[in-house]
Amino acid sequence: MANPPALGTQPRIRLFKHLRAWPILVFIIAGLVVLPVLSVFYLALFPTDNIWRHLYNTVLFRYLEATLLLLTGVGLLSFTIGVTTAWLVTLCHFPGRRLFEWALLLPFAVPAYVIAFIYTDMLEFAGPLQGTLRDVFGWQTRRDYWFPDIRSMGGAIVLMSLVLYPYVYLMARAAFLEQGSNILAASRTLGCTPWQSFYRVSLPLARPAIAVGLALTLMETLNDFGTVDYFAIRTLSLGVYDTWLNMGNLGGAAQIASMMLVFVVVLITLERIGRARQRHFGQGKPNQDSALYTLTGAKGWLAFMACALPLVLGFAVPAYQLASYALGNFSSYWTDDFIAISWNSLFLSATAALVTVVIGTLLAYGRRLHPNRSVRTFVSLSKLGYAMPGTVLAIGVLIPLATFDNTVDAFLRARFDVSSGLLLSGTVFALVFAYSVRFLAVAAGAIESSLDKVTPSMDKAARSLGMNSLETLRRVHLPLIRPGLLTGALVVFVDTMKELPATLMLRPFNYDTLATYVYQYASDEKIEVAAMGALMIVLVGLLPVIMLSRSIQGGRKAATPVLPVAEQG
Amino acid sequence: MNTTIKRTVKHLTLAALPLAASLTVTAAQAEEVNIYSYRQAFLIEPLLEAFTQQSGIETNVIYASSGLNERIEQEGRNSPADIILTPNTTILVDAYDKGLTQAVDSDILTSNIPAQYRAEDNHWFGLTTRARVIYASKDRVEPGEITTYEELADPEWEGRICTRSGKHNYNLSLFASMIEHHGEAYTQTWLEGLKNNLARTPQGNDRAQVKAIMEGECDLSLGNSYYWGAMMTNYEEPEQIAWAQSVNIVFPNQEDRGAHMFISGAAVAKHAPNRDEAVQLLEFMSQDLAQYMYAQENHEFPVKPDTPRSALLNQYMGDFVADDVSLTAVVNHVEDASKLVDEVGYDF
Repeated sequence: MANPPALGTQPRIRLFKHLRAWPILVFIIAGLVVLPVLSVFYLALFPTDNIWRHLYNTVLFRYLEATLLLLTGVGLLSFTIGVTTAWLVTLCHFPGRRLFEWALLLPFAVPAYVIAFIYTDMLEFAGPLQGTLRDVFGWQTRRDYWFPDIRSMGGAIVLMSLVLYPYVYLMARAAFLEQGSNILAASRTLGCTPWQSFYRVSLPLARPAIAVGLALTLMETLNDFGTVDYFAIRTLSLGVYDTWLNMGNLGGAAQIASMMLVFVVVLITLERIGRARQRHFGQGKPNQDSALYTLTGAKGWLAFMACALPLVLGFAVPAYQLASYALGNFSSYWTDDFIAISWNSLFLSATAALVTVVIGTLLAYGRRLHPNRSVRTFVSLSKLGYAMPGTVLAIGVLIPLATFDNTVDAFLRARFDVSSGLLLSGTVFALVFAYSVRFLAVAAGAIESSLDKVTPSMDKAARSLGMNSLETLRRVHLPLIRPGLLTGALVVFVDTMKELPATLMLRPFNYDTLATYVYQYASDEKIEVAAMGALMIVLVGLLPVIMLSRSIQGGRKAATPVLPVAEQG
Repeated sequence: MNTTIKRTVKHLTLAALPLAASLTVTAAQAEEVNIYSYRQAFLIEPLLEAFTQQSGIETNVIYASSGLNERIEQEGRNSPADIILTPNTTILVDAYDKGLTQAVDSDILTSNIPAQYRAEDNHWFGLTTRARVIYASKDRVEPGEITTYEELADPEWEGRICTRSGKHNYNLSLFASMIEHHGEAYTQTWLEGLKNNLARTPQGNDRAQVKAIMEGECDLSLGNSYYWGAMMTNYEEPEQIAWAQSVNIVFPNQEDRGAHMFISGAAVAKHAPNRDEAVQLLEFMSQDLAQYMYAQENHEFPVKPDTPRSALLNQYMGDFVADDVSLTAVVNHVEDASKLVDEVGYDF
């Protein structure tokens, strides 16, 4: 079977001269998106004090050690959970499989800081579990027995993995589906045991997709502040905070944040390499039912448990706990204000998802048409926002917006003696801009990998039929990459629902979202009030998660028409 | 385009309408005052409602736990901020140093707020005070066994003290006051001693330390005075009442300089578009009613000396000696304190 050749090796598709518009569009959009990151670099040029000597002599290596340990732990555990469950639901028949296919995405709707809060409440010394144990065994104090400390590196790794593994699951499952079962069937006839065909065939083929999922998981882990702060784990993102607020050295903080981008460049490269290989994939024909093995008896139950465990721990338990807090006093929390706040979140998330996907599509398509070095560099740069600590990025967003506002205002004052005030700062626009900057990497990942799978001969065919590049995008590519667009949009939607630091800092007057609502009460230990907001985040997040899962099912069908053409390419 | 997408777009448009409408009607020319608050909005809400009732001036609030000074700085002369409201002096002094504040010459403010709790040039004002106290286990620590901050470093307390992160502003402020009183070298040795006495890696907030005392993990902790009141009256989570009841409050250094004090406070922004309203709000907040309400809300101490106090405060935290060291001087040592915390590896 012929593999579609890499796009970069194709002669450039250029039918009309005005196609030059695409690189310019890419530069403008990517330039706007990258402005906040550049602003942070700019801040890094003006530290009030050289922070590095102090850090190097004292805590730098401890921060690094904690950061690397956390990344490694979350990476390994998310990989294990995500890949195992994706493999099971895609390739095996066992009880509950149909349910797990979509339900395994549910933990994604639970913010990491919320799950950290809930499990601490349940598992600490005064919590119900240890209380029951003490009652049953007659223990009195902490010294009478051993119980793992939830607020520890181990606890953070487990809890963050429980809500982040869906990134890996999502990507791995899509890859397993695409492989189709005939490749595996072939490996089986060649004498592989089921384990061997997983380890030697499925896993290597899915590795690029898994790398994408893992990269997203790790970036989210890297910029987490809420959970590590709550669990007293001193990672680099705490170092950023400390340098900025306690040492009054925003420039120094920006330097650490910029240094953290080194991690990201490594992760993005990993993702890139992964996707580059994806093009050379053998194209198995996906079947409507990809399952190859039927697990019965003990094996079936084992598979059931393997899928049920992350679902129960990552979703059912926290959702139940939140519901029991919130519903106890439902009527006093379910106010007009609260409904308005929920609307704000819904509106912002939907808008951010739409805007980010449009930007992501334009950039990905521009890169496809003109895969030269400068276009590719710009597109890659535009994704850096995802890994910056949110508070620092928020300042990065503030700088270009306020500069724009004040420049316009100064001009109008000088020329016409009128003031325009702040046009963009402190508006919903600022928030949506911040979300797009932050989550573009997530959307772009999904869109690019979809787009890469469309063979270039499709472009040629469309062009030879007289369509221009925009029409080709609209009538050929968009329908084909619909699953990728939806995935991107829905992930951005859920991530925006959960976003806190930029929302807090950039929002308009008297404007709350569910995340800021939860934060302001949770930070004052009013858990019952906060729970209502957290529950709402989870519930609203469910919607896209379910849609997402259905779109993957749909994607299986949508992928089919691509294949015959791909074989000609 | 697929029908579901069309429908989604339609719903989005519908969702956008009310919001667009709400944006265009911002600020009908009523009198208003814009507050950038580092304190949670719900904490100041009752007070602002009382202000609006009394003055007819509407209030607008943005709450964020960090970054508001940076926002005002970037917004420059067009910043809508009238008042910056903060839970500590560090942020007030930071705003002052960045040139974001302006002087307010008001007899009401200067007569209500003692000089030690406001900036010399009246660029910022304290509104409530709190003390950093030692909480001591009722069961395991005799009254009088510990009376000063300095004694926290004594070897007899080895493995018996819990605190939150040394990097938290409340601890840094106390450590900074130690630098102001004793110098950096002494403070470093003292911090090393305190670190050696810790029962566990610093974690959780001030209340969590009191809880750890009740659970037997440690015998002493550092905490702000008002948390005790907050726990004692937490009828939504009554287990916190038990935490509070397991400890005695020790106001340290009563024989010498007194307990370390913080303020929550406010400043009028340099480019305040509603300066008069902002000053009115500040003055309102320094008067008896607001002082009582603001302090009562969070079990803090009113900054105006003769303000009536809540029964709880009177009963458990009557008269005590408060350190009257310059708050600005303390804030100026916070950076050094933060570095010392790193040097002794306090948080690890």
